[in-house]
Amino acid sequence: MRPWLTSIVLLLLLGLPAAATAVDKPYFYPYVNPLEATVMELPPYYHADIPEKVPTKTFKVYPFPEREIPKVFWYEDGLICSLTYQKKEAPLIFIIAGTGARHNSPKMLNMQKALYQAGYHVISITSPTHMNFIVNASSTMTPGNLREDAKDLYNVMQLAMAEVKDDIKVSGYHLTGYSLGGIQSAFVSMLDEEKKIFDFERVLLINPPVNLYTSVNILDGMLENIPGGVNNFDAWFDNVMKKLAAAEEEMGYFELNGDYIYKAYKRFPPREDFLAALVGISFRTDSASMIFASDVMKGGGFITPTDVKMSNSTALTPYYVVANRTSFEDYFKQDFVPFFQKSDPSLTEEKMIKMLSLKSIEPYLKSANKIGLMGNEDDIILAPGEIGYLEQLFGDRAKIFPTGGHCGNMNHQDAVDFMVKFFAGQEG
Amino acid sequence: MMISRKLKMMVFVLLLSFVFLSGCSTVPKPGPDSEPAIRQQADLVPEGTILDVEVYDPIEGFNRGAFRFNYYFDKYIFLPIVSVYQFILPDYVEDRVSSFVDNVYEFNNFTNSLLQLKFKKTGITLSRFVINTTVGVAGLWDPSTHLGLHRQPEDFGQTLGHYGVGHGPYIVLPVFGPSNLRDTTGLVTDTVAFSVAGPPAWVDDDTTTLVFTAVSGVDKRKRTPFRYYGSGSPFEYEQIRMLYTKKREFDIAD
Repeated sequence: MRPWLTSIVLLLLLGLPAAATAVDKPYFYPYVNPLEATVMELPPYYHADIPEKVPTKTFKVYPFPEREIPKVFWYEDGLICSLTYQKKEAPLIFIIAGTGARHNSPKMLNMQKALYQAGYHVISITSPTHMNFIVNASSTMTPGNLREDAKDLYNVMQLAMAEVKDDIKVSGYHLTGYSLGGIQSAFVSMLDEEKKIFDFERVLLINPPVNLYTSVNILDGMLENIPGGVNNFDAWFDNVMKKLAAAEEEMGYFELNGDYIYKAYKRFPPREDFLAALVGISFRTDSASMIFASDVMKGGGFITPTDVKMSNSTALTPYYVVANRTSFEDYFKQDFVPFFQKSDPSLTEEKMIKMLSLKSIEPYLKSANKIGLMGNEDDIILAPGEIGYLEQLFGDRAKIFPTGGHCGNMNHQDAVDFMVKFFAGQEG
Repeated sequence: MMISRKLKMMVFVLLLSFVFLSGCSTVPKPGPDSEPAIRQQADLVPEGTILDVEVYDPIEGFNRGAFRFNYYFDKYIFLPIVSVYQFILPDYVEDRVSSFVDNVYEFNNFTNSLLQLKFKKTGITLSRFVINTTVGVAGLWDPSTHLGLHRQPEDFGQTLGHYGVGHGPYIVLPVFGPSNLRDTTGLVTDTVAFSVAGPPAWVDDDTTTLVFTAVSGVDKRKRTPFRYYGSGSPFEYEQIRMLYTKKREFDIAD
């Protein structure tokens, strides 16, 4: 018999076990450049095998029913959450979205599907940095203070449970979050140790920053890849449009969809500085929304004047211009720290920076066996040495993938497999 | 007769919206204790710069009203209709509808490519129409794209732009969404041309035209992933205004 025929016969004879060992292939991620990994969508071939649609419904919670919402936020009414539900009794996982993301952002939807498939109910919570959260659910209306954010999130989780308790049967609770939602999960878990309302069984931090201040400054710094800075954004954008036009010229058509972008991307691989600028712009856009919402809710003074009445027709362009030219550093020094200094005059910038980190709760993280970590060695939001710190902090509770950038591989089959195993208590 | 009725309806809706929505001030009202912000545009942007986001928008009060109207229209009327449509029809049938609608509107792509003397595009569009109408069974399928003949969207707003007409004041049209004086003129012209000389005139049946117009509207909304305030930005009006203006410049340039 020819060798290949032999192997086929052998495979047939051995049946399933052979197939099972074949599945255990090493992790492979198609982008080695961490910026690419972060920006580009994972090609479908590597996608985790998850259902296309899962039973989900949205609902609203009102943590501050008495709060009068300024008319400029005429479209805001309650914090929108979503529930993905099993028909039978099952454990429930809360997911906290990353910076500026909603309960139904693409990453959240993928997690809902993967975790539903694994047999869990899922409640998805919008990031405390999102306008919808700041306006409706934030007690300080000044996002970024992890301890305060944790209290707000914990409150929202309880209200959300009250809202859905008649529809589902819950046998236990888990918690997870990615990026900023990852570090927030750690703080929420710590709060839960004291309050014991959910008594989380397992908590997974996905691609969290080690220090929020450091990571945000890294992201903000990427805007320097626009030559001449934000005031030159228009020229930069025109240049991008010109390149798109050149791509159109060559490809003979233009469509605004993922497939086209991917084709154009393959044909005209963008430069490193372009990808970095994209990450920076995306972050600044989210932070601009956050800063404006926070300032208006607090009565103004930072980027909007104090004591003004904005209506549903107020032109916001001047504030848009200012917000997009306000770095996280500006927000931190001129608005964030002064705000919290009002209730604690001894607070300094240095103290605050230290508080915004996993290091500030290191003893808890070391001792809490329920907490696990999923990270990437090439995560762009981490400073040199920080991935090593995470490995050392979590030990064998850390799963570090060699590539994937910042949250680029969350929908990779291996990442999903790890997540599912983690909540089932079978990782390692 | 059909056209004049449709036009009258459009003018009526526009006028009605003007009456209800205009007259709102776009400048915030300061109270007695108003203090300026720490960070202001004058300190951050060199004097005399006009940014892309500062699109010429003299009727902003009306526009923001129309934007709000569209938000509610979308939420309570348009999207629910789209949901029912998607619930009733299998995805496969919906795709056939999309192809059919696109094929019928090749009429506008054709006339406008021709008006701009873009003969290659005109040729592609004509070939597409012939192939899709015959091989593609009345346009229900789109074999042309698989043959490398991609759709070449052109409208009268682009034609005007091609001949140097500027965008003029920004306008948010009720139901239709972002536009400007040039593109609104284009939309009206295209609609009239389509009705008078295009497929509706060939068919010459008011009911068919009405059904087609309704279905194509629902189909178009279905294919537009945009959701109001889905981006989570309080500056959505500004962002759409800028991106719309830029996108149209891009469309005109090709």
